[in-house]
Amino acid sequence: MSVLHSAPKFTRIDGLKDTLAGALGAMLVDVREEHGELLLTVHRDSIEDALRLLRDEHGYQQLMEIAGVDYPSRAERFEVVYMLLSLTKNSRIIVKVTAAEATPVPTVTTLWPNAGWLEREVFDLYGVVFAGNADLRRILTDYGFEGHPFRKDFPLTGYVELRYSEEEQRVVYEPVELAQDLRSFDFLSPWEGADYVLPGDEKADTPPVDEAKTTDSPKETGAGAKTDEKADEKVSAAAPAEEQTGKDRTPAPEPTEDRKDRPERKGDTKDTAAATQPKNKD
Amino acid sequence: MAHGLTIEESPTTGDDEITNYTINFGPQHPAAHGVLRMVMELDGEIVERVDPHVGLLHRGTEKLIEHKTYLQALPYFDRLDYCSPLCQEHSYVLAIEKLLNLEVPIRAQYLRVLFAELTRMSNHFLNIGAHVMDVGAMTPNLWVFELREDCMNFFERASGARMHSAWFRPGGVHQDVPEKLLVDIGEWLDNRVPELFGDAMSLVMDNRIFKQRNVDIAVVSREDAIKWGFSGPLIRAAGVPWDLRKSQPYDVYDRMDFEIPVGTNSDCYDRFMVRVQEVYQSAKIIKQCLAEMPSGPIASDDRKVSPPKRGEMKQSMEALIHHFKLYTEGFHVPAGEVYVATESPKGEFGVYLVSDGSNKPYRCKIRPTAFSHLQAMDMMTKGHMLPDATAILGAIDVVFGECDR
Repeated sequence: MSVLHSAPKFTRIDGLKDTLAGALGAMLVDVREEHGELLLTVHRDSIEDALRLLRDEHGYQQLMEIAGVDYPSRAERFEVVYMLLSLTKNSRIIVKVTAAEATPVPTVTTLWPNAGWLEREVFDLYGVVFAGNADLRRILTDYGFEGHPFRKDFPLTGYVELRYSEEEQRVVYEPVELAQDLRSFDFLSPWEGADYVLPGDEKADTPPVDEAKTTDSPKETGAGAKTDEKADEKVSAAAPAEEQTGKDRTPAPEPTEDRKDRPERKGDTKDTAAATQPKNKD
Repeated sequence: MAHGLTIEESPTTGDDEITNYTINFGPQHPAAHGVLRMVMELDGEIVERVDPHVGLLHRGTEKLIEHKTYLQALPYFDRLDYCSPLCQEHSYVLAIEKLLNLEVPIRAQYLRVLFAELTRMSNHFLNIGAHVMDVGAMTPNLWVFELREDCMNFFERASGARMHSAWFRPGGVHQDVPEKLLVDIGEWLDNRVPELFGDAMSLVMDNRIFKQRNVDIAVVSREDAIKWGFSGPLIRAAGVPWDLRKSQPYDVYDRMDFEIPVGTNSDCYDRFMVRVQEVYQSAKIIKQCLAEMPSGPIASDDRKVSPPKRGEMKQSMEALIHHFKLYTEGFHVPAGEVYVATESPKGEFGVYLVSDGSNKPYRCKIRPTAFSHLQAMDMMTKGHMLPDATAILGAIDVVFGECDR
């Protein structure tokens, strides 16, 4: 595929993929080249050795960034992504490891001092633990914050909001209360990409049975024997329903035609129109 | 003294223990350039240890972007480093274009470079002025603010907004600029900038007080600068001629003829001077853009990414459908991941964009410039006096919208 875009062009080194894959050897899990980026996945335990090798032997002197990514459906849900830059070879590579909540990633603060804050950030936002980082405090979230907000299962609105309370003379934390629910608009076309599940959709997936269910004889229907003339007979001589038809109902109310008129209006004024007119101001 | 005279002693002289004390610098301090809290351990007036506490302006931009379409996420980039909005947009649109492998018309590339450089000038005007004011001078700041105001007016004439332009779009820019604007920028560069900026800098560059406050302050060796992940003016001040516009050119930077100023001493004065020279280099680039810019379309004609103009929309059913789909559903970006970094005025500003093939980014990690620089604050400030901390901060050029995201 020819390159049409005008994004930053760094040096394409021939055979870099094979060179680095060969150098990393057993530490390597996967290597890909996509969209002009070289992506190397290494074993979690050997990340420090892998990055040291890349820094010392292959000239990737700078660690520009460590990013966390959350893929909740995977067994090890987090990816920790290291962006390396070579000033001498003018080249960039991306090195990745996977991690779960309970599996610490070895720190690389031993290689680059600026990894300290970058690892703190991934820990703060995703909860990935870095073994050997001596200063693994939260960095971006509030003092005393709970949870790891950039995980996909953390709601966008968060759980608490804070305000200054005049009575208590301090900042208080309260559960989030939205005047209007957070709306998330879904504009995906239903015929491409979107996967809407409507009630009843599960029936479409019911597997076909080997034998269709049939009712071959009347006994199998569970309806009992057929009725005969006896069903028309009256059960008792004076069936209550026929005896009482419309006889002692409460009568309808009397008509109101001869109701008394309203008493005559007392006082002299009969015409009230003047009271509703605006007064003339002369 | 032999005649029984004794020197009057301070009441604390002779105390055995003089303990260090810890102070809070910020979070509300004019020299902290925003909401930075630094816990400083002082021995007298000498700084022993600095622990910067960042994150007081954390707004969760990256999480918000995951809930927006690619186009809706663009304006968040203006609000990161609000002193250089267009340069942040640049990284983001280039990352999208890299995933899409989208071709951008040549005029749009020129316009982007022109306005990225104008943004660089406006950012440096602010930082130079603020740095000078941090160490005690008032006048130059007022003068360069005039120039910054001119830049703001240019942004307004191009995009309608003085600061949060949202003018760079995937595939080009949002609107073409009026011809008169380009003429005015050229005149401004020829007349106003050399006069006003030159005057302001002549007050500062050889000023004795300014040099006393900056020369030999926070010297960082070339090795340390590389190790600590420095970029931008800070690594150039350390003598490394590293500029992404030159080494990894994007848009039409490979056609531009400009120099990379480097420092020799790697102190606060060098960082300041690198920025001053970059202003002149940016002016040079803008002039080349003005001279060479061809006419033509300003956005990609790929209607699956770039929306049609309103006039076209009124005439063509096809255009109407594209317009509707792009502003509701947005465009889909092929699955994959890229890390795209550009030379923002403050250093390397990177975007790590992970797409799952839908119309929203799966993950958008922003690499702020200030994060690595501020982390080295402890290393740079140790052993210096307390007032030097403001000079060092000023020379780092930190904006917390970007650092805390």
